[in-house]
Amino acid sequence: MSVTTADSAGALQTTVRKKPIQARYPGWFILPAAVIYSVLFLAPTVSSLYFSLTRWTLFDSVFIGFENFAQFFREPFLVQGLINTVIYAVVTSGMKVVIGMAFAVLLTSNIVARGYLRSVVFFPVLVSTVGVGITFTVLMHPTQGMINETLALFGIKGPGWLTNPSLALYSVALVDVWKGVGLATVIYIAGLVAIPRDYYEAARIDGATPWQNFWYVTLPLSRPATATVIILSFIGGLRTFDLIWAMTKGGPGFASDTVASVIYKQYQAGFYGLSTAGNVVLFVLIAVLVIPLTMILNRRRGHE
Amino acid sequence: MTMTYTRKTILGLTAGLMSMTGLTGIALAQQTTLSLFSPNDQAAVAYTEAMIEAFEAANPDINVEIEVGPGGTERDNMVKSRLATGTMNDVFVYNAGSLFQAINPVQTTVDLTNEPYMADILNSFKQTVTANDGTLRGVPYGQAMGGGVLYNKKIYEELGLSVPMTWDEFMANSAKIQEAGYAPVIQTFGDTWTSQLFILADYFNVQAKNPQFAEMYTRGEAKYANTPAAMAGFQKQADVFNAGYLNEDFGAATLNDGLRMLADGEGAHYPMLTFAVGTIAQDYPELVGDVGFFALPGDDASLNGTTVWMPTALYISANTPNMEAAKKLVEFVASKEGGCDPWVEINAITGPFLIQGCELPADVNPAVADLQTYFTANGRTAPALEFLSPVKGPSLENITVEVGSGIRTPEDAAALYDEDVKKQAQQLGLPGW
Repeated sequence: MSVTTADSAGALQTTVRKKPIQARYPGWFILPAAVIYSVLFLAPTVSSLYFSLTRWTLFDSVFIGFENFAQFFREPFLVQGLINTVIYAVVTSGMKVVIGMAFAVLLTSNIVARGYLRSVVFFPVLVSTVGVGITFTVLMHPTQGMINETLALFGIKGPGWLTNPSLALYSVALVDVWKGVGLATVIYIAGLVAIPRDYYEAARIDGATPWQNFWYVTLPLSRPATATVIILSFIGGLRTFDLIWAMTKGGPGFASDTVASVIYKQYQAGFYGLSTAGNVVLFVLIAVLVIPLTMILNRRRGHE
Repeated sequence: MTMTYTRKTILGLTAGLMSMTGLTGIALAQQTTLSLFSPNDQAAVAYTEAMIEAFEAANPDINVEIEVGPGGTERDNMVKSRLATGTMNDVFVYNAGSLFQAINPVQTTVDLTNEPYMADILNSFKQTVTANDGTLRGVPYGQAMGGGVLYNKKIYEELGLSVPMTWDEFMANSAKIQEAGYAPVIQTFGDTWTSQLFILADYFNVQAKNPQFAEMYTRGEAKYANTPAAMAGFQKQADVFNAGYLNEDFGAATLNDGLRMLADGEGAHYPMLTFAVGTIAQDYPELVGDVGFFALPGDDASLNGTTVWMPTALYISANTPNMEAAKKLVEFVASKEGGCDPWVEINAITGPFLIQGCELPADVNPAVADLQTYFTANGRTAPALEFLSPVKGPSLENITVEVGSGIRTPEDAAALYDEDVKKQAQQLGLPGW
């Protein structure tokens, strides 16, 4: 880092007349940021790459090559965790798109108390995730939870939302949608408001029904907003941890484990090298999925 | 997390300032401040407060600050990272046995082998705080516990049942209890660790049949999956689920729910450690007389006994600046006045003491009296596996939740657990793995 800084500082003096814009500030202006970035981000990243190749007890470490990665991929729950992570990311981002769009259409129309309703929809975004998780864990208690007690009033026996292994992951995903849909709605509202009125006028002159209005005007023209919502919630879903940990800790058994919770469990158990290897894997995984996604998004923006 | 660290930083600063002022003001009375990292369960906190009060009265020049840390795996993390970074409190309370081996005690704790009070500590405890160089590192911070089945005596009386000596009798009793409309077995997977008792408390039965199991297990030669006696614990847990003997909300109930159900008589059996009797005594003092204890039965009535847990231990951090005061505190905890009397005072007796000269009071709760009978009989107790072998897998509680909820078969679970402990053994650098 410091080498680059010195270089650009030297370059500044010789080329100051030719390229005044490129060297607007002396190179050492970036020094504080560079030091903070190196110490807090680059150094840990590099050392984590090293420690992921060791068996590390915090007291000492033994170099074991790629054994940690082999072990991590042998984890019986990792495959399940990977599948769960993808399911979770797809379910939450899909539902946020559909519900967020519906809310946005509703909240940009002329309805009573629009401002109030907008803030109500957005409110859960502001609440602490762990608090939301604990609250819903109480509400979803199989026998004393408010949800199942309400269902019981209608004679329905509610399921064990968080204790049924085939349901637990989806219950957490639902809560994630409840908490996160407000953000999707706000993005969509911004997208919908930006659509020029002319299109709707033209459609009205052509005799379009409200449904046709939505399907042929609103939906295609809010595509940038859709892309943003999908990417944001997809990344959020991939690295989700706090809500799952607060609600099920990956349980019952391993039924709602995601990659992040598998990594955290290794760390908790004191397998520091192994969990560092897991984080390297997660880093690569997110990069592999998100870099192409972002490129697609940027290209689309370029065309429009 | 953040709060704890902040508090610790402030604490450290205060301690630093105090030692500085102590250095400058030589004429003033020297006041040493010790920081104690204490366990967080109700009874242990009450004991710690009572014990510190007595200690400070006897040592007016020492002031002890108590920091109540988290429990479970979060505690493991915090203890390990504090020790590794040299930021541990002067004295700290942590598990004996397998978890003790994982904190690298030779480097991180102070050698107490030659302290005179060690002569009064029972040998059964000493072996659980012996580092791999043969030195002693801690003193008991509590009483021994039994692991087995807490049961509701009223239900047993009402149905005319007797304490089961074999697993078949246990299942037969449970069938009658279910007919009478009670939940035969309480399970509380809301606190996942409580699901492990069927395996861990079954260790008496494992070692009764395979006396060499612990050593072979540590060497990687014996496995749960290929030792029928060790498999039996997983099988028992599957049995009670398959028979439909569990309380309705077993998946979400917590330890406190379980203890309430047991004391109230909603459920009859609760596989648990006897320390929980202390909680019942505090929360339902009028019902604690209805709770008894028996060992988790095996398949041979002539080989019936209970698995015993050693208490946590008090250690001195290797880099404490207040060595003298810390040693005084440890010595106090190793004595009858500091290690036993406060427990009696707060009425939290859960099992026998490990310090010579400490007697249990005559009026202990029935469950503890039941536990005592195993200790007084010959060969009816055995230490839990975690005190004989450093190998314990971190995922056992998740695996036992699966077995106890019918998600995984016992055979599958045992094989999976064998795979899980392999990582732990490799991390500890044991030979043969």
